[in-house]
Amino acid sequence: MTNLAIAANGLRKSYGDKVVLDGIDLAVPEGTIFALLGPNGAGKTTTVQILSTLIPADGGSVRVAGHDLTGNPDDVRGAIGVTGQYSAVDKLLTGEENLLLMADLKHLSRADGKRRAAELLERFDLVEAARKPASTYSGGMQRRLDLAMTLVGDPRLIFLDEPTTGLDPRSRREMWRIVRELVAGGVTIFLTTQYLEEADQLADRIVLLDHGRLIAEGTAEELKRRIPGGHIELTFTDPHLLDAARGLLPAGVADPEALTLQVPSDGGVRSIRELLARLDQNDIDIDAMSVHTPDLDDVFLTLTGQQKEKEATR
Amino acid sequence: MTTLAFATRDSSTMVRRQLKRLIRYPAMTVQLIITPVIILLLFVFVLGGALGAGIGGGRAGYVNYIVPGILLMTAATAATGTAVMVATDMTEGIIARFRTMRISRASVLTGHVAGSVIQQLLSMTALILIALAIGFRPNANPLEWLATIGLLTLFALAISWLSVALGLKSPTPEAAGNAPMPLLLLPFLGSGFVPTDSMPTVLRWFAEYQPFTPIMETVRGLLLGTPIGHNGIIAIAWCAGIAAVSYLWAKSIFNKA
Repeated sequence: MTNLAIAANGLRKSYGDKVVLDGIDLAVPEGTIFALLGPNGAGKTTTVQILSTLIPADGGSVRVAGHDLTGNPDDVRGAIGVTGQYSAVDKLLTGEENLLLMADLKHLSRADGKRRAAELLERFDLVEAARKPASTYSGGMQRRLDLAMTLVGDPRLIFLDEPTTGLDPRSRREMWRIVRELVAGGVTIFLTTQYLEEADQLADRIVLLDHGRLIAEGTAEELKRRIPGGHIELTFTDPHLLDAARGLLPAGVADPEALTLQVPSDGGVRSIRELLARLDQNDIDIDAMSVHTPDLDDVFLTLTGQQKEKEATR
Repeated sequence: MTTLAFATRDSSTMVRRQLKRLIRYPAMTVQLIITPVIILLLFVFVLGGALGAGIGGGRAGYVNYIVPGILLMTAATAATGTAVMVATDMTEGIIARFRTMRISRASVLTGHVAGSVIQQLLSMTALILIALAIGFRPNANPLEWLATIGLLTLFALAISWLSVALGLKSPTPEAAGNAPMPLLLLPFLGSGFVPTDSMPTVLRWFAEYQPFTPIMETVRGLLLGTPIGHNGIIAIAWCAGIAAVSYLWAKSIFNKA
């Protein structure tokens, strides 16, 4: 059995009447990337703030890095590193000074601190900017410095709250590379993101958070399988052919305007071949065909959509 | 290392952080001295003739009279800067980072207080030098100077903790800039610019019992030889009291947020 870096049961938080987290359970195994995915306002940042000891939960039991969150917050703090949504660097200090500040606060010796700072500047491609104030850094550089500061104390568990929000595509890919390297070194990552692609790219496990509740959990593959997002889209040249195809394939959804029929399918070669054979046998010509395999967008939109319907009927 | 040793180390780290910022941006300190210097020049050269005549001693005597009040005002102006800096700091992600680290929580505030005390002492030194240049003539001996520096440092410490608390309490840096404003008025509503016995009853009552008056009277006594009486003890008590209450207040706001 693997150890859990985070084990949360029935985590709750409200601000006044507004329920932000409505009893969520989390189990994050050590050495994995765990993604908390959700739209703005779903409660992602609140979750990170609670797990990283910034704010207290209203209810629930949580162990982080083996320590009880309410009983031993200081031990939790000693084990974690947090890179938040807003860059947590001292903009008036230089990059190097920021790193040395962290080394001092982690109670490293002067020599160790200097060595660690130099290492991290090198690794995060900040050597040239080391002696410039952080206020002069670009967004991507500030984010890299931010993460470098988090790494000074070699935390075993790192919280990344929307680490790539607002970054350009190149900086985003750079950040992904760094995250993968960290996990290869045995670190556990708790990631929040509103980008499905990011969760798909990085995470071992994904949970979907919407309105303070977990609405799905699994690997990216498992989640994609959970919803019928995959389909084959057939386009016809004439409405009669569309009608004929509709009669043959009652599961399909027709769009008479566009002359298309969406037939649910897993998108596999065998099912495509069967479909085409049936159309052929019935002399139904198709003009064009496209295969749509489900991605996390489908999962996300379907599940958050269902959630909304449920809420509307309540 | 013990908890106390760690707390001391964290505090000294935070003090160094603040000092680096002050050294890198001297303008933050320099701008704090401008207002008090303008007030000093206005009161001495524009109003000083008339006010000096009223108090007795003319313009030359009036320079001596108002320096203690302006010194406190200088400290209070610097404290306004501290409140803004604390409030700005709180809006930055760096404070959230500090809170998620295993460090002594008060150390963040201690850093600001130490920086603020240094800024205030530098501002007050600059003001004394300018005052000397325009005719301020203290007759204090070295011991009295030392006592003055001691009292003003204690005052700076009290005002620093108060402004750190006000900065923490303020929702925005702009609001933090206004919060310590009453401190700038206290020298006027006391014995800073004119003797309190020239004021109407209610105001005089307030002026005599508010904390700045005994402090100004003590500084005046130490530097110029006027009678101090009980003011010395009262001044120290006020400073210690304000410092202690503000320290607890600031710490509780910081821990709650």
